[in-house]
Amino acid sequence: MSERIGIVAVAQTKYQKSRPDVRESELVYEVVEKLLTETGLRFTDDGTGIDAAVTCSHDHWDGVTISSWPIADVTGGHLRPEEKVAEDGIFAAYYAFIQILSGHYDVVLVTAHTKESQTSKNLIENSSFDPVYHQMLGLDYTMCAALQAKRYMYKYGITEEQCARVVVKNKKNACKNPNAQEPAELEIGDVLSSRPLAYPIRYLDKKPTSDGACAMILAREEKAKKLTDRPVWIEGVGSCYEGYYIGDRELGDCENLIKAAKSAYRMAGISDPKKEIGVFEISEEYSYQELLWTEGLGLCDKGRGGTLIESGATALDGEIPVNPSGGLLSGVPTNVAGLSRVAEAVIQLQGKGGDRQVSARKALAQGMCGPCGQLQCVMVLGI
Amino acid sequence: MLLFPGKIIMDYSHAAGRVGSRFLAELKKSKRLLAIRCRTCNRVYIPPRLTCKTCFHNMEDWIELDGRGTLLTYTTVYYGEPVLDREAPTTYGIIRLDGADTGLVHFLNEVKQQDLRVGLRLEPVFKNERNGNILDIKYFRPIKSG
Ligand SMILES: [Zn+2]
Repeated sequence: MSERIGIVAVAQTKYQKSRPDVRESELVYEVVEKLLTETGLRFTDDGTGIDAAVTCSHDHWDGVTISSWPIADVTGGHLRPEEKVAEDGIFAAYYAFIQILSGHYDVVLVTAHTKESQTSKNLIENSSFDPVYHQMLGLDYTMCAALQAKRYMYKYGITEEQCARVVVKNKKNACKNPNAQEPAELEIGDVLSSRPLAYPIRYLDKKPTSDGACAMILAREEKAKKLTDRPVWIEGVGSCYEGYYIGDRELGDCENLIKAAKSAYRMAGISDPKKEIGVFEISEEYSYQELLWTEGLGLCDKGRGGTLIESGATALDGEIPVNPSGGLLSGVPTNVAGLSRVAEAVIQLQGKGGDRQVSARKALAQGMCGPCGQLQCVMVLGI
Repeated sequence: MLLFPGKIIMDYSHAAGRVGSRFLAELKKSKRLLAIRCRTCNRVYIPPRLTCKTCFHNMEDWIELDGRGTLLTYTTVYYGEPVLDREAPTTYGIIRLDGADTGLVHFLNEVKQQDLRVGLRLEPVFKNERNGNILDIKYFRPIKSG
């Protein structure tokens, strides 16, 4: 990379079970307003402000075709460039990064929003499956996650207790995050005795329904340094897809995440992520995913994700803290999920983590989309 | 605060395509499960699709499977699903059919919870009145001995 691209400011709403007080555009403006206030930037056409916006939202979730239209007015989209990513918000950050890297823009706004409280998650997920072979079976992401969890447990002897530890750790971390929706001090037994959703996944193994938004501003190096004294540089990005048919995939492993991570590490010049990266904010919609994704990110060998959490290494005070924010299990909406991982990574590297602050000069954010982490994206950030 | 109700109801006519149409027609007509094989990599796909995802050419070698297979993973779902006219709990599995290289997702039935395990040998049960869709397979059950 000839010139570095930095994230200069991030903003999140407090994540809540339901936000009946705001429409999508009003929700998004909460985070956009914070960024405009913090940076002093305005939307301009002359290269002195924000040049463009990339937003992430989903038509089905918002109940309108082209879900970025209703938020165009609050993301600078009035007579100005705005483009939408319908997969996870981390891809919107990736898109903005590429826009700046191409030389086309200098400063780009990225937003992601979803109000999960407004409709049925299972139905939206069902409609993403093949209408000929799969929709009629009633597939959704929770039951697919259960199929993956069972396969992973079978293949490597991962236990339900090890998965429950993820919930206990992340909800405890969330107690130190003022934006977290559902912080809690839990015991492993609380998780194991919560009501079953889809064996082996229980109520507390799944991220709760959540409403919220996240936004950030990316800028090329020269401008980033003027906009903040603590820019966070995007040092590497990688993404990888996996097959459409769930039965085609070996669900006990995550080859696509392994490849996405390798691509990001190569770009960032990382050879040993466990030693070189100090904090990890990753997308665990279900508890087992944190264990499987830590394997995919190369923090431990295949099948050792359970042992890794038992060792305490991924705790807030461990060697490689994973999800000091409390993760998705503490409540972050889909689509916002991956962008909020990037935001939390930036917060850590800027030293703004408050009670959840850890010591790190490099951070990793991971986002995903589709059933069982079908599409993966890994971003390495540094100061 | 006012909550404003909304609803999207859309009718679709999804094309099953020439590969999917043949698979579903055979399922309806004769309870036969057809897979499709790639001549280059020899991978056998079920459900069948036109193009091999690793070799990037269209497939035309049809293979009839006998429907028996091995359970790769499973789950029992305890919540209802509004798309389906079925009651919770429902058990799903991914089944590697003999002769295929991919897994087929479907329902499991006629099996006790304590007997569910990865590796279980299964056979399909078909509907008597079939409509040319994936639900013409009613479910998979453990192979009856004998
Ligand atoms: Zn092939």
